[in-house]
Amino acid sequence: MFEYAPAPESREIVDIKPSYGLFIGGEWVDSQGEDHHKTINPASEEVLAEVAWATEADVDRAVQAARTAFTTWSALPGSERAKYIFRIARIIQERSRELAVLETLDNGKPIRESRDVDLPLVAAHFFYYAGWADKLGYAGFGSDPRPLGVAGQVIPWNFPLLMLAWKIAPALACGNTVVLKPAETTPLTALAFAEICRQADLPPGVVNIVTGAGETGAALVNHPGVDKVAFTGSTEVGRMIARSVAGTRKKLTLELGGKAANIVFEDAALDQAVEGIVNGIFFNQGHVCCAGSRLLVQESVADEVLDALKRRLSTLRLGDPMDKNTDIGAINSAAQLAKIRELSEAGVTEGAERWSPPCPIPDRGFWFPPTVFTGVAQSHRIAREEIFGPVLSVLTFRTPAEAVEKANNTPYGLSAGIWTEKGSRILWMADRLRAGVVWANTFNRFDPTSPFGGFKESGYGREGGRHGLEAYLAV
Amino acid sequence: MSERLAVRKTYKLFIGGAFPRSESGRSYAVTSSKGDFLANASKASRKDARDAVAAARKAFPGWSSATAYNRGQILYRVAEMLEGRRAQFVAEVVDADGVTAKKAGELVDAAVDRLVWYAGWSDKIGAIRGSANPVAGPYFNLSTVEPTGVVAVVAPPMGPLLGLVSVIAPLIVTGNTCVVVASERAPLPSITLAEVLATSDLPGGVANILTGSAGEIAPWLAGHMDVNGIDLTGADADLAVRCEELAAENLKRVLRPAQDRIDWLADPGTDRMTAFLETKTVWHPIGV
Repeated sequence: MFEYAPAPESREIVDIKPSYGLFIGGEWVDSQGEDHHKTINPASEEVLAEVAWATEADVDRAVQAARTAFTTWSALPGSERAKYIFRIARIIQERSRELAVLETLDNGKPIRESRDVDLPLVAAHFFYYAGWADKLGYAGFGSDPRPLGVAGQVIPWNFPLLMLAWKIAPALACGNTVVLKPAETTPLTALAFAEICRQADLPPGVVNIVTGAGETGAALVNHPGVDKVAFTGSTEVGRMIARSVAGTRKKLTLELGGKAANIVFEDAALDQAVEGIVNGIFFNQGHVCCAGSRLLVQESVADEVLDALKRRLSTLRLGDPMDKNTDIGAINSAAQLAKIRELSEAGVTEGAERWSPPCPIPDRGFWFPPTVFTGVAQSHRIAREEIFGPVLSVLTFRTPAEAVEKANNTPYGLSAGIWTEKGSRILWMADRLRAGVVWANTFNRFDPTSPFGGFKESGYGREGGRHGLEAYLAV
Repeated sequence: MSERLAVRKTYKLFIGGAFPRSESGRSYAVTSSKGDFLANASKASRKDARDAVAAARKAFPGWSSATAYNRGQILYRVAEMLEGRRAQFVAEVVDADGVTAKKAGELVDAAVDRLVWYAGWSDKIGAIRGSANPVAGPYFNLSTVEPTGVVAVVAPPMGPLLGLVSVIAPLIVTGNTCVVVASERAPLPSITLAEVLATSDLPGGVANILTGSAGEIAPWLAGHMDVNGIDLTGADADLAVRCEELAAENLKRVLRPAQDRIDWLADPGTDRMTAFLETKTVWHPIGV
């Protein structure tokens, strides 16, 4: 492997305050509770800032602010709402380098990804939904579809600002107001977004940001003043939320876990397929709900694909996320690292064979090397449970029917990948895979115009595209 | 000369295209709106509910992959068969609801028309709910709709025929299979409808009908891990909450009971179809 000189992105561009309050009614306010927590850089364990963990009373205040703002915001002409959202999109573009650096510091993902994937998609998402705000009558939900009211939104730590965009952009375009809770380990870009709302002169209370952990999230989704709950995160928490909204009129959308099959046929362009496998599971350290965490490779090319995959993995660079050459950044938290280790150890215990490339691990921070398990059986935990880390389980198949059977043998149904040069086979497979997104000869592509969301226990509702409006309209 | 003694019908369940009695041997007396005895209906057990789910699951691959044209024709055939039995349904609706024969005739006609209406949706719903998405890159990107899978239904207690048809048709026209808990109060038209379904080329197991206690059967279905969705239209408030909580276990899609009384004669819109459709988006690179 070539030696690369360090090429660190400068962190001078960001200005992190020592502590943050809550963003409620357009103002920074102190939490009424005493609970404050430090958010750290997972690559160095350095403390970045202290944030408040909002109490039930704080959440109540935020919901009231959103309720008050709803009256005027929902009555604005769509064309005016659109202009606010366009403004937000523009400010995000203007400040995108700063936001990318902040995201990488707080999350641990490589700057190359936050700069080239997350931030462009964030801006594009706001730009896309801004344009819907005055065209809702043409979206197929009646001539004058109404907003729901106050949306309570809870997002994960893997794509902090992008998940915020997926939640807030359509909600605002449809005329709702929001209270959003970012993940406890990655609050900083959401708090920066609050500043962006102020720069855009967004009316107070239209967007409220409450930081905190599970209890804050529970207070938000259970608040009787919330008309809509949107959650992205684990299937386990999704189940709890689905149970808690039973008997209410709250509309619910859930984007939950996955255990996607990435299926490689013998006639695939194997070099491209190997790149797709790498992108499928090692993008964002595998902290991706739609990650291609199960490689299903046709038996006749299994050895060839695995050899090429191992060669390719040996060239991946793990380390400082702020370095522009880094491929694999830090695991987001100690807790997540422990979970990845636990499942990987279960893989070994259950009899699968573990392999990682030689890979120096930094002394401080949370790290896990790219890992491939071969000899995996469908019954193994590493083939069934979402690991949410850079761990690939390899299984083989002989016939297309067997590939479909194995791919669908999971309670999840978020995504799937197909690699073959035969067009009719792609469509035959795509028809039979029970998954909300199917990538053929590509993987992990996202776009604001393209609906995203799962079948089965991967949740319900779609985000993105015309379909994404439905979650925020009274239809 | 004495009057001829009528040959009465035994009302059974409808599971996998067959008409079994409840394996539990249970039945319950069904009376007319005036309180006269009409028949003993089967009172489905948990085992019956599970058998019905198994039948619906078995039927799903074939039915969901049938062409939309084929599904549309079969639904139209159901309408034809229903029309042919018009007099029988009018009599059953009069018995069940105590309405005049004229009113019952209107309700049966509306049920036939509803089937015809939904039949036409089979090859059109994809056109209005799918999309080609203009992604910012060299990719072909297409969203299509697919059925959710096996859906449980608590049929409305009122409208034993029109209400029933109005909840079954939108589910099966898109390729779902279903297990329906018929109106507990007035289950007899549901079994006669099953006779129509059984003679309409509808594959066995696509629609399964259980009679008995909704309060017993619906929670079994709501908690069943091989059911993908549940339509609670006919559930009362307490039952609906219980079922929605149970449905969370495997994240079933839930259609809650309407807040207002449903006018089954009104234009139903597409909501009953879209509640149990999934959107699948396929990406492929464009290049030479």
